[in-house]
Amino acid sequence: MKLTRRDALTYSAGAIAMALVGLRGVSAHAGTEETGTAVSGFTGGVEPQSGMITLKAPEIAENGNTVPVSISVDSPMTADDYVESVAIFAEGNPNPEVVVFNFTPLSGEAAATTRMRLAKTQNVVAVAKTSTGKVFMDKREVKVTIGGCGG
Amino acid sequence: MATAKPRVKVPKSASAGDVITIKTLISHKMESGQRKDKKGNVIPRKIINRFECTFNGATVFSCDIDPAISANPYFEFTAKVMEPGTFRFVWTDDDGAVYETEKTIAVS
Repeated sequence: MKLTRRDALTYSAGAIAMALVGLRGVSAHAGTEETGTAVSGFTGGVEPQSGMITLKAPEIAENGNTVPVSISVDSPMTADDYVESVAIFAEGNPNPEVVVFNFTPLSGEAAATTRMRLAKTQNVVAVAKTSTGKVFMDKREVKVTIGGCGG
Repeated sequence: MATAKPRVKVPKSASAGDVITIKTLISHKMESGQRKDKKGNVIPRKIINRFECTFNGATVFSCDIDPAISANPYFEFTAKVMEPGTFRFVWTDDDGAVYETEKTIAVS
């Protein structure tokens, strides 16, 4: 079979495409960009400010399967001014979304604790949305010794 | 374990206006949909995707859960109690199953 220049180009383009697909398959992580998209999807495009919200997570998590994480937001939690919801995102997981906590004035405090899975060492982001339309964000790096996404 | 068993810790009594801490735990595998079995087939996702706590019918706290929450999901949150009543806890599974439990609190 004679390989024309046109064929060669088509094949190599195909090969590159395959390689890219392959790469995407290997690096099944959300990344900063996708997390940013998820965050703005949650906030509705409002630029988050820092402060008010505190994200607590261990500096080093030995087991990525259960990483304790807690959030608390400084808020009066009255009917006029309370924290509506707090979302947690993990940048290095296959999907950035972790959980969304929804609070009401009956919650008394905007604070919650849970345990999450982390695939690898990464940044964990917490974003709070108040009933007055303000958005706050906190970020923390967690070092993971053993990843927790199976596979 | 076939059935998920919820465990909830609520103080037995409180004074009106107190902010109490509630701890909940439910046994569930929270299969993430990312893992593969020995033959390389993906194990289908099966998680609890929603949890809600109500007090005398009014929502206190709820959350939407993604696969990144650990097996046996644990939640700790607070509630402000003004009168005696019943806390109701509801977990909803991906397959539509609902796990429920209730706790009463005396308020003086």
